[in-house]
Amino acid sequence: MFNKVFIIVKREFLSRVKKKSFIVMTILGPVLFAALITLPVVITKMSEREYNIGVVDDTFLFYDRFKDGNNIVYTNLHTNINDALELVKREKFDAVLHIPKVAFESPSTLRLITKDAININAKIHTENVLKHEFESLKLGARGIDSEVLRAIETNIDIQAVRIQKDGMEETDYPEVSIILGILSGLLIYMFIFLFGSQVLRGVLEEKTSIIVEVIISSVKPFQLMMGKIFGIAMVGLTQFLVWVFLTLIIVSAVRVAMPEMFEFASGQQVQLTTAQMLDSNHIDKQIGEVKHHDTMTAQVLEALSAINWYVMIFAFIFFFLGGYFLYAALFAAIGSAVDNEADTQQFMLPVTIPLIFAIIFAQMVMSNPGGPIAFWLSMIPLTSPVIMMMRIPFGVPLYEIYLSAFFLILGFLAATWLAAKIYRTGILFYGKKIGYKDLWKWLKS
Amino acid sequence: MSDLIQVNSVTKDFSNHRALDNVSINIPKQSIFGLLGPNGAGKTTLIRIINQIIAQDSGEILFDGKKINPKHVERIGYLPEERGLYKKMKVGEQALYLSQLKGVHYNDAKKLLKEWFEKFDLLPWWNNKVETLSKGMQQKVQFIITVLHNPELLIFDEPFSGFDPININLIKDEIIKLKNNGATIIFSTHNMSSVEELCDHIALINKSKKVLEGNIYKIKRSYANQVYQVEMSNLSGSLLNVNDNNFELLNQENKNGITEATIKIKTNANTNDLISKLFNNGTIVGFKEVVPSMDEIFIDTVSRKE
Repeated sequence: MFNKVFIIVKREFLSRVKKKSFIVMTILGPVLFAALITLPVVITKMSEREYNIGVVDDTFLFYDRFKDGNNIVYTNLHTNINDALELVKREKFDAVLHIPKVAFESPSTLRLITKDAININAKIHTENVLKHEFESLKLGARGIDSEVLRAIETNIDIQAVRIQKDGMEETDYPEVSIILGILSGLLIYMFIFLFGSQVLRGVLEEKTSIIVEVIISSVKPFQLMMGKIFGIAMVGLTQFLVWVFLTLIIVSAVRVAMPEMFEFASGQQVQLTTAQMLDSNHIDKQIGEVKHHDTMTAQVLEALSAINWYVMIFAFIFFFLGGYFLYAALFAAIGSAVDNEADTQQFMLPVTIPLIFAIIFAQMVMSNPGGPIAFWLSMIPLTSPVIMMMRIPFGVPLYEIYLSAFFLILGFLAATWLAAKIYRTGILFYGKKIGYKDLWKWLKS
Repeated sequence: MSDLIQVNSVTKDFSNHRALDNVSINIPKQSIFGLLGPNGAGKTTLIRIINQIIAQDSGEILFDGKKINPKHVERIGYLPEERGLYKKMKVGEQALYLSQLKGVHYNDAKKLLKEWFEKFDLLPWWNNKVETLSKGMQQKVQFIITVLHNPELLIFDEPFSGFDPININLIKDEIIKLKNNGATIIFSTHNMSSVEELCDHIALINKSKKVLEGNIYKIKRSYANQVYQVEMSNLSGSLLNVNDNNFELLNQENKNGITEATIKIKTNANTNDLISKLFNNGTIVGFKEVVPSMDEIFIDTVSRKE
């Protein structure tokens, strides 16, 4: 008997893994992931070209205030604006910044004139410099020294520290936890939907191609249902593991092949983030920022290493499988009850609402991962796979994980029991559109 | 024990109607047993209960004298009326899969399937997807899958639907071969001519109840009520003069100089008496008993019980 379930699992697994769409998705997925990670770097690298801006300052107040950097080169043009425009037309400059005499009183007269489309970074950079300069001038006009200004500029970055059981203090990095939590929660959500609906379509296929009666004269309906659910679980697990593995390989291959690209990338980012803080001594500042950035990288690395990856990965696989089994059983029941895909809608909605609910509450859970909403949503089996995975990067007491896992297993057993009852009647039922009343009858019989 | 299947007082209720009402049927070993009845009479329900796809509410099914259990499934081959295949799966792969589910080991199944595919001219299609096969070819594949594990009991629900006449004969021959090799066959159909041709025994189910069961020859005999068809020439009168206490002329018709008549023999007379009476009317060129066809018995029984 067990042997036959294995035969079914094998077919369900192989028939899907051999499909072109599976192979394409499995290979393309990591390529997309890797592209997502590496492409911005490559693009920044490729678009690295000096952007020349000529400055025509009719007020003569801001010449020399613009410092080169961030691939932007400023040139003071002591000409009138019309000559300057001619230079743009002849592509001597990418853009001309015109500061008219009235600019100080009405900043809306400021112009950045280009021939091609504007470089957005150059625009932002220039705006920031002018804003800073305008403000200093205005403050200076009211008697506040720019030295004082520099002295009051402060960077605040509170370190969150969590006291551990053993009394040790450990720095907390909620930003990293949020990203990790959302990522794993969404991934679970996606996987449950993706593979749960494959179960639904598989059951429906057997019903519509009327092969099901042949099969259940050989095996019990329950065996067929479980074989299908397990087989597709294996497909999901395979895809997940291949994705993780291939993504790691591709990312590290790119890193090995072009290490300078990654180093450059971090430098580039520093310049972007500090662009708005540029002032007359921006170079010193930039060095300071680079240092700050280095410690940020170190912090992220520290944060990532502080996460218990064993718990993370084990929990991910457990909550993915648990959530998947729970929903797959319900999806199988739906697939068995209807005759065609269109009729699934009325039953799909109530089943998928808890999942969507979990995603809606994600932000609330993130802002208070230890709060009552987070706690209860991570205990209720229908929402717990998504919500628990969102909470785990923040650190969840082990007993809560066990409790949630226990409820999830209970939920899974209940759903399977329920689904089996509907399934065994549903798969042989043709011709009539099924309502909730019929389902209730099947459950009672 | 000469019955392979004994159905003892089986009753099955569905939420809004009774599908089987205290049905008892005995299916003798190595026979072809016709399970007849109008649509919705309960045939498929009974077949599903024997296949253990659904369970009866009361009564019992004995398989070879033992209460039927899941192990018996491998000794049954079932070709349902609603039969299909995975459309996107390759033919050979699929046949292997379904045979394995019936408990045949992979290597045995492969060897047997190749033989059957050869016999049914399907071998070139082994690696094709099912959806590329014609309906008839798919039916042949399904037939092969049903009989491959060499079951003691074969259940065919409307086996000939979807086949052309050539393939119907092919399948009929195979069914007879299977019977001669020792298999017992339950055969559910509306096609009465194939019932007369193939079946040894029948049971007729109407409105959830069994209304008729037995050896097909005996049943037909019991429905033959002493009616004879005679063909005569050189008639002396315009009408056969046979009506008296013993005989009744039911019908008379002239066709190309030959008179065809059906005559019922009432009590206290036999065929010899009838023939001697006919001598006086002309020359007898034909004489045979009128035995009702299964079609007539079916319609008669079903409409009588309304």
